[in-house]
Amino acid sequence: MKNTPFGIVIYTLLIVMGMVMVIPFLWMINTALKDQVEINDGNIGFNWKNKFTYIKKDGEKMGINRALELGDSVLVSTYTIDGELITHPENINKKMAYQIDYNYRNDDGTIEKRSKEVVLSDTAKLEYIIVNKDDIIKGSYIRPVFSNFARAWNKVPFALYFKNTIFVALMVLIGVLFTSSLAAYAFARMNFYGKDFLFYLLISMMMVPQPIYLIPSYIVLSNLGLVDTYFALIVPWIANIFTIFLFRQQFKTIPQELFDAASIDGCSMFGTLWRIVLPLSKPIIATASIFSVIGSWNSFMWPLIMTDSKHLRVLQVGLSYFSQDSGTETALLMAASTFSILPLVFLFFLAQKQIIASTAKSGLK
Amino acid sequence: MKKNKLSPYLYILPAMIIIVAFRFIPILLSFVISFFDWKLTGVEDFVGFANYTKLFTDAEFIQSMTNTIWFVVMVVPATVLISLLFAVLLNNIKWLRGFFRTAYFLPYVTSMVAVSIVWKIIFQQRSGLLNFFLEGIGLEPLRWLQEDQGIFSLLFNNFGITLPDWMGGPSLALFSIMIVTVWKSVGYNTIIYLAGLQNIAKEYYEASSIDGASKPRQFFGITLPLVSPTTYYVLMMTTIVTFQAFSQIYLMTGTPAGGPNGTTSLIVYYIFEAGFIDLNFSYANAIALVLFVVILLLTLIQKRLEKHVTYE
Repeated sequence: MKNTPFGIVIYTLLIVMGMVMVIPFLWMINTALKDQVEINDGNIGFNWKNKFTYIKKDGEKMGINRALELGDSVLVSTYTIDGELITHPENINKKMAYQIDYNYRNDDGTIEKRSKEVVLSDTAKLEYIIVNKDDIIKGSYIRPVFSNFARAWNKVPFALYFKNTIFVALMVLIGVLFTSSLAAYAFARMNFYGKDFLFYLLISMMMVPQPIYLIPSYIVLSNLGLVDTYFALIVPWIANIFTIFLFRQQFKTIPQELFDAASIDGCSMFGTLWRIVLPLSKPIIATASIFSVIGSWNSFMWPLIMTDSKHLRVLQVGLSYFSQDSGTETALLMAASTFSILPLVFLFFLAQKQIIASTAKSGLK
Repeated sequence: MKKNKLSPYLYILPAMIIIVAFRFIPILLSFVISFFDWKLTGVEDFVGFANYTKLFTDAEFIQSMTNTIWFVVMVVPATVLISLLFAVLLNNIKWLRGFFRTAYFLPYVTSMVAVSIVWKIIFQQRSGLLNFFLEGIGLEPLRWLQEDQGIFSLLFNNFGITLPDWMGGPSLALFSIMIVTVWKSVGYNTIIYLAGLQNIAKEYYEASSIDGASKPRQFFGITLPLVSPTTYYVLMMTTIVTFQAFSQIYLMTGTPAGGPNGTTSLIVYYIFEAGFIDLNFSYANAIALVLFVVILLLTLIQKRLEKHVTYE
């Protein structure tokens, strides 16, 4: 296929589409490494030089949002350099007209007092000040700016969110492996009354979408006084029908001779599960574990609804509140997004083969 | 092996307790709740079908349902077609295949929350990457997530044609959400398609090559029919998942979410709003059950389509 015109077309298409898939992530990192001042300046592209304009007033650096030249003076809307917006005391209304008095230097050097009516739009939450032209500093420095990561991390308790997420994911994982291996073992290797019925009941419940049981689950948990606890985040998820199904398929492939041999050697049912079945099923356990962790890590709607206290927030919920509270601080948002997807991206690269292979298998019957 | 009549039940007990308590009972309860005016503290009044009849007059519900139908009708075919295209292209190369596969799969392992935050900024009017790009190639910037005008209206406006409101189509804001949704799910389905394609025996292609079949002929005559079990699976799964889109609406639109003018309110977001913002659990649950019936009906229709699926 190589070196043919057809091959070139294929590679071009793949590269273009690959860029569409990857550029949002690259831009996320690119923005996370920028200074907020630069972003507000409209300098948002992929570049390594960090351009900025700011003013010095009373020794303090201030970023410029918009500037309007009035002779020697410049009317600027500002915010402090670390990205916090200054709220104007009177909260300037949109489209408010301002009377600005300023010094105008004539061509012959004489100074004349002038005044001008200026209409400021979109100015809510910004402070306008008049500064001398000489106070405006333009410059550039080389990125990257790493401080956004630390600032985002410390602005809200992300460390706690990570701790909660890891705790919930681990508990769910342990629970799922425990309940699924036991149940799957019974469904795969034992005969009991109602087995088929129960199994089909499970399979049909797997098809029910989450919005159906979300509200009743909330009502049930709320009446048990368990809403807004770790219990609500963990326990409803420690049995996973899909994992039971997956394990059952695997356990069925283990030859009967092994069970007979174990039985002759006096191994109990549970001993057989622990010493023979589970060690032989390591790959499928690894796969189920990876998908369980991905599921817990990325789950959002459930923890959003089931918890309210700040100390119970998991990463996705914390990140969501963070994005609502710091909506204008692009650099911080991107930094927070970056470190919250990093652990799973790392896990993905670590277990890439397994993840892709089992995803591929899920479509083949 | 020793036969103990009770022990199998002991093995399934832990899983069953959880599933019964947090799946089975809630599912049954959801039917019950929808016929009552149910408060957090318990039953208030039996209201019969009132929660269901209310649906017909609730403009917000009708808008959410219409939005959702547009969403599914556009996202599902786009996901299926793009995934198939990616997979066919990937299947034709050897060099760098793993690299592309990884790149396409990356959005799938990242959380919808983080992805939504990133895309929300990409769509920003003033400092977003997309408008930066549009201006770079000399096009007019768009209002993306702020635009409540229908995409067909916007398209035809360019040619000076004004479409009537009902032909306007989903808003550009909703279309933006569709882009993110497709972008997020394409990689996963590509992997599934790639496995489906690799499952097709090489002999078919060899035989048809000898018969002089062209590449497009092979694609429509061999690939498409033989990959149809995968198409069926991808279609079913994508439909079910797409109906349940929530996080992207919650994070990318607003405030209030679902805006501008309710044009991005999808049904699961509306369930969330009715249930957990307006605290009208019963009504929210009735909507959830309507959604369930819609999904169930579509699954049954797609099951009938399975007749046309070619299993080797």
